[in-house]
This record gives sequence, structure tokens and C-alpha cells, in this order.
Amino acid sequence: MSGTARARIFCCAGTPCLATDSEAVKKAFEALVGQTPDVEVRESGCIGLCGRAPMVRVESTDGSDALYESVTPDLVPRLVATLTEEASPPEQLLDQQTPFFTRQVRIVTANAGHIDPERIEDYLAVGGYEALNKAVTSSSPQEVVGEVTRSGLRGRGGAGFPTGVKWGLVARAEADQKYVICNGDEGDPGAYMDRAVMEGDPHRVLEGMAIAAYAVGASQGFIYVRGEYPVAIRRLQRAIRQAERQGVLGGRIFETPFQFRVDIRIGGGAFVCGEETALIASIEGGRGLPHPRPPYPAQAGLWAKPTLINNVETFASIAPIVMHGGAWYAQHGTEKSRGTKVFALAGKVNNTGLIEVPLGITVRDVVEQIGGGIVGGRPFKAMQTGGPSGGCVPASMLDLPMDYESLQQAGSIVGSGGLLVMDDTACMVDVARFYMDFCMHESCGKCIPCRAGTAEAVRILERITAGGGTHGDLERLEALCPYMQEASLCGLGQTAPNPVVSTLRYFRDEYLTHIDARQCPAGVCTMSALPSEAFRVGGRP
Amino acid sequence: MRPPAPVEDTRQRVLDAALKRTGFRQDALIEVLHAAQNSFGYLTPELLWYVAARLRLPPSRVYGVATFYNFFSLKPPGDHTVIVCEGTVCYIRGAIKIADALESEFGAAPGDTSPDGKVSVAIARCLGSCALAPIVVIDGQLIGKTSPEAAVERIRAIVGAPQAIPA
Repeated sequence: MSGTARARIFCCAGTPCLATDSEAVKKAFEALVGQTPDVEVRESGCIGLCGRAPMVRVESTDGSDALYESVTPDLVPRLVATLTEEASPPEQLLDQQTPFFTRQVRIVTANAGHIDPERIEDYLAVGGYEALNKAVTSSSPQEVVGEVTRSGLRGRGGAGFPTGVKWGLVARAEADQKYVICNGDEGDPGAYMDRAVMEGDPHRVLEGMAIAAYAVGASQGFIYVRGEYPVAIRRLQRAIRQAERQGVLGGRIFETPFQFRVDIRIGGGAFVCGEETALIASIEGGRGLPHPRPPYPAQAGLWAKPTLINNVETFASIAPIVMHGGAWYAQHGTEKSRGTKVFALAGKVNNTGLIEVPLGITVRDVVEQIGGGIVGGRPFKAMQTGGPSGGCVPASMLDLPMDYESLQQAGSIVGSGGLLVMDDTACMVDVARFYMDFCMHESCGKCIPCRAGTAEAVRILERITAGGGTHGDLERLEALCPYMQEASLCGLGQTAPNPVVSTLRYFRDEYLTHIDARQCPAGVCTMSALPSEAFRVGGRP
Repeated sequence: MRPPAPVEDTRQRVLDAALKRTGFRQDALIEVLHAAQNSFGYLTPELLWYVAARLRLPPSRVYGVATFYNFFSLKPPGDHTVIVCEGTVCYIRGAIKIADALESEFGAAPGDTSPDGKVSVAIARCLGSCALAPIVVIDGQLIGKTSPEAAVERIRAIVGAPQAIPA
């Protein structure tokens, strides 16, 4: 065995794997082969199949690799044996020719399982910071903006605004100081793509931010991370220190006059701070209250200076675009929704975890191929996309392509990327009530349509799920939703009614069964035996 | 008039270091409050008053920020903290039943501390480990695929058997 070719063992160190004690597995590997010069034991970012944590990836000296699920320390000797002899692999070996792996296209998550997120050397070894080097030493800022525009990349935080257009606006703004902000306040329940990217490949995010700063003319950046993500915060802090020492962040980046510093801001557990103007207010040290736009952050953002604010996944898409060109990125996806999107697949499918797929893939392919079908072979009922701002795709629309336009037409959104698959045991009225209750708690209270609207909607939905609903309640709900959508100040209130509108559109019969028969078809809602008259605000049904 | 530092000890020095590191900038309020809470465990009125004075901010502004963000607590925490995730996936997989079980076992409703001061229960809106739902976090350690019984048993093992209340 030559001195350079080394087998490498990657123990996934994403939050779910750490929670299932991947550290004990790593220690077992280290105890067994830590002293062996031709085997390296490393941590890696999220490998994807979080439902079967902890995951281990074993890379042989010939470059072939094997993935193992649900690894325990006592399995370690057998995995090591597969490296050196013709040992038959244990049953925890995953077949990488299954659709879960073959149907994915990994651009943002390309390094997951291949590098140690705590080592900048690993990132540099796979071509890290070369895109930044290329941008600052051989492209003008305008050329970088042009390349991003050509890629067709749209904001991955949910709204889908064309990224190149946004960059162009900030680049053209005249100011002595501009800022770049990375929005890592991933608040949608059921969505954890950004956590996985920040934990698994923090340098990719920093590189994207630095390229953006060069393109728009900013010298200071902020990453706003949820306080609920301690591992992501720790890895980003470490990554910033390493990058500064390496000279790829800080002053005179790649020996050019370009300088860019990044600071971390830790969120305080307020969902509304994912909204860009609220996030800016929070970085400024105040309550996270949104303000009306215009002015847009591109004109007057942080401390009233032009500010570029993009989502984690958007920034993580930048380096490959600069490296391989916008046209290369644009070959994935559909005409209006280019590229790939990372989704957090959860719920009643066999394979749950983090997936990256080309936009335009059908719901059916995600559920049946990648998800491996519904648990226990039960019938598919709906897929919820976009969390509290999104809606449901019913079984009748399984062949719907998942891109910005198609999902919007179906009454949902691509959103930040949470996908919740539900079978016939889920009650759609209860799901709607859950999301509205979430929005009521997270409403900042600044504008009345959102503050009072969410509370009223929750009251009505609670009445229906408790068996005391009336037809008048449905009418009131349907009158209330458009008010909130049109009159709320920010995205939180404007999109809060979406889960209700969407379930009313596709599952109206379920609402009616709750009201007329006072039964929950899925058996989720506990209908009270007899609704008291006091409880019944809306009069007779 | 500057109010005196609430306590002269290590915890105070950690807070003062955070104030100094951020250059007493008013926009560093949230970071300073994070440091204060990490150091003291929760935010007392004296602490808020102290931070306001040092950052030259109106106390109303400091109080407003401290009460706006869910992370900041103005009540003393119990000896052990339990976070029950009630994100969508955990909710569908029975997170409410876990919270109910904790309340009946330890007498700590969500957002509260048990009468003996041993366990605080908080609710989180998705901790991003949905593939392991339902999850709880006990003293910073994430525990996945749990159940009401398993969660109660685990916490019981940490805090010890219930004390007999003298008649």
C-alpha cells in the first residue's frame, strides 16, 4: 500500500447522527485503527438518510465506497474487516444503486460524506475557495453577477426571487458601505436543509458569501443562525477562524485589495426573524419586527445601507456556479426553475432525511422512488410543502412537477424545503390548525391582520376540531383568509392562511365531516361528546 | 447614577467581558443578553437594569428585547431543563402526549418549572432533527425516537425518585 493512498472512514456528525451517538462509533473506529497509518477516521456532514442514523461511509484505497446505516460500536470491527479482506459486509450495508441515491443530483450537498466540516484542509482538497480565487483574480464584479444571472438561480429561502437580479440591484446601489447577510434563521417546522449545510459544509457558505461580497462591493458580512442550532454555530465559528488564518477571508483576499469579514449573530428563537426586514432589525439589536417594503434591503437595509440578503442554500449554490458557469447549473431543473433544491423529507415515507433533487421532479418520484413509498404500504394522502407558509398536494396531483410555478398554481409553494408526507392517518383539519397555531404564537404582533387574524382563525379551527364547528365557521374562515393575505405587513401574516386555504380546497369534505357528522375521519381529533352552547359561538349549524 | 453590579463574581466578569468585547455598542444588546443568560441562567430585573445602564439604552428597550425572544427567560430555570420539540413531524408523532406526561409526572407545565425546582419544561418549534421524531432535549442532549414513557423514565433517572412530601 503506497503512502498516499489511504482508506478513509467518515462518521456522520450531523445533529441526528450525534444524537444517536455517532461519536461512540467514531471513538470505536479510532480505538481500532486510529494508530494504523493507512486508515483515517473523520467526521463528515449530513450523509442524508437521517432516519437511519448514525451513518458511516467507508472509502477504500481504490476509491470505491460503501455506506452503512444504524451503525453501533460493536459493528466497527466488521466494517474495518471489509477494508482488508474479503469479508462479507454486514446487513447494514446500503445499496447505493437504489433510487434514493440515483435520483438525487448533489450540487449543494456534493461534499456531504466526503469532507470533515471542521477541517478547512478537506474543503481546500476538493477544490474549495477556488471559485472565490477565480472570481476575485480573473473576473470583474459585473461578470460574477452575470454568471449568477445566467444560472437562473432563484432564492432558496422560499420566495424564489431571481438571485442574479437581487445581486445586480445591490451592486448598482451607491454607498460607502454595503453588507452581505446570510439568512440562517431556518424557522419552518419540518425544515432542516440549512442546518445540514451549515453543519456539514460551513466553508461552502462562507465562500458563497465572499463571492457575493466581491460582486456587490461589500466588505462586511453577517450570518444570522438560529439559536436552536448549536452544532452549526460552533462549526461556523471555527470555519471563520480557519478561513481568516488561511487568507481566504479578512484583508487582502488572494493578494488582491478585496477584503471581507464575517461575523455570526445568534437568533433568539423568533420565527418572524426569518423575514428579511425583521432579521435586519434583530441584527441591529432590537426586537425582530418587520417594516414595510419599499425600501427594500437592496436600497436601505442594515443600518440603512444597501444590503444583500440571501438564504444559506442560495449562498451554498454559488461556488459551483462560478466554477463551472451559469450554463452548467442551468442544465438542471426546468425552464423557469433552474438547478437543484435540497429538501428535508419527513413523515410517513420509508426513507426520511435530506435529499437534493433537480427542480421539476414530480411529487410521485419523491414519494415513491426516493422516499421508498409509504410506511406499511398505507395509501398516500397528501404532501405538505412550504411548512406554515405552504399548502398540501393531494393524491390526485401526484404527477405535479415540483417547481416554483407548478406548486404555486396548485396552491402551495416550494418554500424553504420541508416536505411532510402524510398517509390516511393524518387529519388535514388538524394539520391546518397546527400551522395556524404556530403562526399565532410566532406573530410579532405589529400589524393587526396577522395578530388578530391568526388568533381568530385558531379559535375557529379549534372549534371545528373539537366537534363544535358550524357552516358559519367555514364561511368566516373563508372570509378571514383573504384579509390576512392582502392586509398583513410581512410574509408571515400574508402566507399564514395558506395551509387553511389549501386544505379547504382539496379536503373540504373532511372539514364538513367534522362539522356535520362531528367525526374525525382519521381519528386524530378528540371530538367532545356534546358541544356546550357557550362553546358554540356561531349559532346553530 | 449607575446601578451597582448585581453580584461580584465570575458570572459578573463573564458579562462584563461580553460588554467590553462588543465595545458597549447598543446594537450588541442581544449578544450581551445571550452572554448574561448563559452566565446567570436567567435574566433578573437587576441584570436587565445593569445592561441598560452600561449600553445607555432605555430599560424599556432592554425589557422589550428580553421578552420578545423566546430564548430569554426572566424566570429561574430548574436544576434540569427539558425541551420538548413540537415541530410538525414531532407533533404528528405524539409530542403533545410527551409534554402531557411530563406535566403529570413532574408537575411542570410547558414554560414552567416543577414545584421542587428540579425540572423545567420548555417547548421548541422544530429543532431540525425531524427524521428522529419525536425528540426531547434533556440538559442539552438530544434524544430521538422517544415516547412519553421513555422520556419520563430518562428524566426520572437523572433527577432521582420523587421526594415524599411531609404531611
